[in-house]
Amino acid sequence: MNLNILQGKAKDGGELLILKGELDAYTAPKLKETLLELVDIEGASVTLDLSDTNYMDSTGIGVIIAAYKKVCKNNGTLIVQGLTPRVERLFDITGLSDIITIEDINKEETR
Amino acid sequence: MKPTSDTIELTIPAKAEYIGVVRLTASGVANRMGYPYDAIEDIKVAISEAITNAVNHAYSEDEEGEVAVRFQLLPDRLEIMVADKGRSFNVNAILEEMKPLDASASLEELSEGGLGLFLIDTLMDQVTFNNDSGIAVIMTKFLQRDEVELHADRIKQSYDRPVGR
Repeated sequence: MNLNILQGKAKDGGELLILKGELDAYTAPKLKETLLELVDIEGASVTLDLSDTNYMDSTGIGVIIAAYKKVCKNNGTLIVQGLTPRVERLFDITGLSDIITIEDINKEETR
Repeated sequence: MKPTSDTIELTIPAKAEYIGVVRLTASGVANRMGYPYDAIEDIKVAISEAITNAVNHAYSEDEEGEVAVRFQLLPDRLEIMVADKGRSFNVNAILEEMKPLDASASLEELSEGGLGLFLIDTLMDQVTFNNDSGIAVIMTKFLQRDEVELHADRIKQSYDRPVGR
């Protein structure tokens, strides 16, 4: 019932955040703090990897929307990748899929 | 004879760190009842949303509130009640909140909250609210009766039935 946030570099040279564990109202503030700081610069490029996010609800979606709004204002990019079928379903139901950029990494299969 | 309904109750402090505990319990209960994987995941999200709402909105910062959760295990469905004794608010206003994100909305209009109730309503089969004192959300998920385990029961029944009399 915890969330580990690993920070690294994405293939495109931008920032990469890998979220491992459960993203709910308890763990979301930690992500919000890290993520909003990363997107708070002009032209920020941030990728969120959700391959190992085994639980997410509306609080996680709220954080992603907050980051998306900020990144748009800063003329940057926010990419979400590695959606599990569960998270994908949640994104589809809430309409988030139509708003943010989602990348399919499973097809490349490098890990 | 099998009882028609079992009840499991727990009360947690209205703190975000216990949402996961209830989620785990819900997962165990739903698994015990034989729900398929996707339904269990739906139930986990719905119950987490209900408790998140209670944790965030029911009590003020300095109040030590509680959230009561009751699982009622019925033959054909699971009924979950999540109740707080905090500030109650207009149920109609809550119901109006239940909508997905609007991709055509401007950036400023995109809301970071308010999706919780929409998700509960979408993921569960039936949702009712009661605001007598605080807010109680009662959500129901039906069991798909003709799936694996019950099918096995039925076969057994037909075996037990005396034949050729």
